[in-house]
Amino acid sequence: MAVFEGDVLADARAIMARYPQEHVRSAVMPLLYLAQSVDGMLTAEALREIGALLGITTAEVQAVASFYSMYRLRPTGAHVVGVCTNLACKLRGAEAVYVAARQAAGLAHGEEVSGDGLFTVHEEECLGVCEHAPGVQVDLCNHDDVTPERIRELVGRLRDGEVPEPARGTAFGSFRAASRALAGLEAVPGA
Amino acid sequence: MTLSFERRLTRDWGDPSVIGLDGYVANGGYEGLRRALGMPDADIVEVVKASGLRGRGGAGFPTGMKWGFVPRDIGKPTYVVVNFDESEPGTCNNRELVERDPHRLLEGAVIAALAIGCETVYLYVRGEYLWQSIVLERAIAEAYAGGYLGADVRGSGKRVDLVLHRGAGAYICGEETALLNSLEGLRGQPRLRPPFPAVEGLFSCPTVINNVETLMNVPDIVIRGAEWFRELGTERSPGTKMVTISGKVERPGNYEVPLGTPFRTVLEEFAGGVLGGRALKAWTPGGSSTPMLTAEHVDTGLDYESLAAAGSLLGTAAIMVMDETDCVVDCAARMVRFYAHESCGKCTPCREGSWWATRVLARIEEGQGRPEDVPVMSDMGTNLLFRAFCALADGTASVINSSLAHFRDEYEEHVRLGRCPLKADHAVLEEVGA
Repeated sequence: MAVFEGDVLADARAIMARYPQEHVRSAVMPLLYLAQSVDGMLTAEALREIGALLGITTAEVQAVASFYSMYRLRPTGAHVVGVCTNLACKLRGAEAVYVAARQAAGLAHGEEVSGDGLFTVHEEECLGVCEHAPGVQVDLCNHDDVTPERIRELVGRLRDGEVPEPARGTAFGSFRAASRALAGLEAVPGA
Repeated sequence: MTLSFERRLTRDWGDPSVIGLDGYVANGGYEGLRRALGMPDADIVEVVKASGLRGRGGAGFPTGMKWGFVPRDIGKPTYVVVNFDESEPGTCNNRELVERDPHRLLEGAVIAALAIGCETVYLYVRGEYLWQSIVLERAIAEAYAGGYLGADVRGSGKRVDLVLHRGAGAYICGEETALLNSLEGLRGQPRLRPPFPAVEGLFSCPTVINNVETLMNVPDIVIRGAEWFRELGTERSPGTKMVTISGKVERPGNYEVPLGTPFRTVLEEFAGGVLGGRALKAWTPGGSSTPMLTAEHVDTGLDYESLAAAGSLLGTAAIMVMDETDCVVDCAARMVRFYAHESCGKCTPCREGSWWATRVLARIEEGQGRPEDVPVMSDMGTNLLFRAFCALADGTASVINSSLAHFRDEYEEHVRLGRCPLKADHAVLEEVGA
């Protein structure tokens, strides 16, 4: 195996052990996060290997990977910036924040990764921080009450290699690290 | 008039020590579990039934009755699944409840497990709530170390394990059968009912699925009893409800109020009124899936029955406020775009209808609406409502139908003028200096 070997394979086994042996297929979602933490996206090879680990077909893994929006099947920036533009955030100016985020990240219309490989910026559906609209997530960490000016500053700091302090919790620093936490494996920051 | 009552779910919000196990226990935490361990299972179900607690995730189904449906001793394990997939637009009270009081959720879940004889609880958290799931991971580790979870809960000889499972960005997984599929490693598409989850749920075993806020009410009900629970709220909607109010208000936030509290009280006393003193135009009482109401309905009580009488639903009690400067067509277009994005694709009316409705609404808003578009939207609303497998399409229909019912003139004005009467051209681009 190319993705699941050594420590990563050991992590995969630990994830699979969370579920009853006869229902080990339930581990597919955290295993996808684990693979995403290795490659920064889900490669065809990773999907094949997850199928082999769980005893299901690659198509069955792909079916899950393509259903959920937090799995990335295409090349992705080192940092993923998600701007909620659903109604509560839209009413507080989120569309301008989204436009500003894409501009600051240097993304042309329709472009998914900035030329320097640093950023993917997309619109999010409701992130559940409606009382602090507009809400933004940088590598899955929340930033509250964001303005166009704030998002330009956040993107600038990320470009300078800084890790901006989120509104709650501790930042992971990259999309890969956040994906590892999503797999339930990261030693909890600040713990 | 100032609303005064004894806060329940939010009473410890001023005390960050309860986030940790020691602080939670010092404040009386896990007393409900201690008592539940001394009760026959049926008595736990009975007190929750008698309390009249109804599911807080949107449907309002009586919680004790749900627990009572679970068949026992049929040779299969039973499961409790906690639905922390909170994704209804405008809703974030479960998030704050967990951030501020995570052990109360674990305690409620373990009591539910005892009530139905369950040994493994699955806690499904939406992926975007990564920080909140970490708060829970810490609490779970503490609860295991303290003997509140594990092979021998507080020396009772009863096993209750808890497994945290993260979603990955799919609104539909808040629908309980889609959530079960997601937990089983499948695409999150809803299942045909019957069989209902109480009989055949997770891994084809009897399963109770409860919302976070619902379960967090349970410890107090066990300790203080059904009559105490009914002291607040209305006869048919007892207890308090977490309300999220957002959008065009001075103080957006999560507030706990007795069920039946008028919307006006929440808007004026808690949220400080409409932003900038402007006039209220429209509001959703329970997230974007619930039909929007208007300033005429400002005195409607926030409870299941009053909102139904007003033509809407309590839903998740997520109030999004639009003011006189907001365009209803623009807002409806954004809400419907959400349903198009989140449709799981299983049913044609939802998959195709939400996509078409998004296109038609967008062109009306952009000034390219055709005279027939307004009646077309009307037809679409009719053909979406109750025409699909689950309630997601009904959410789409609710946005369309309610916005047309209250603001048909505004739709027609867009078409007549060939532009949005409320939005200055390119305001957004100018604001960011594009």
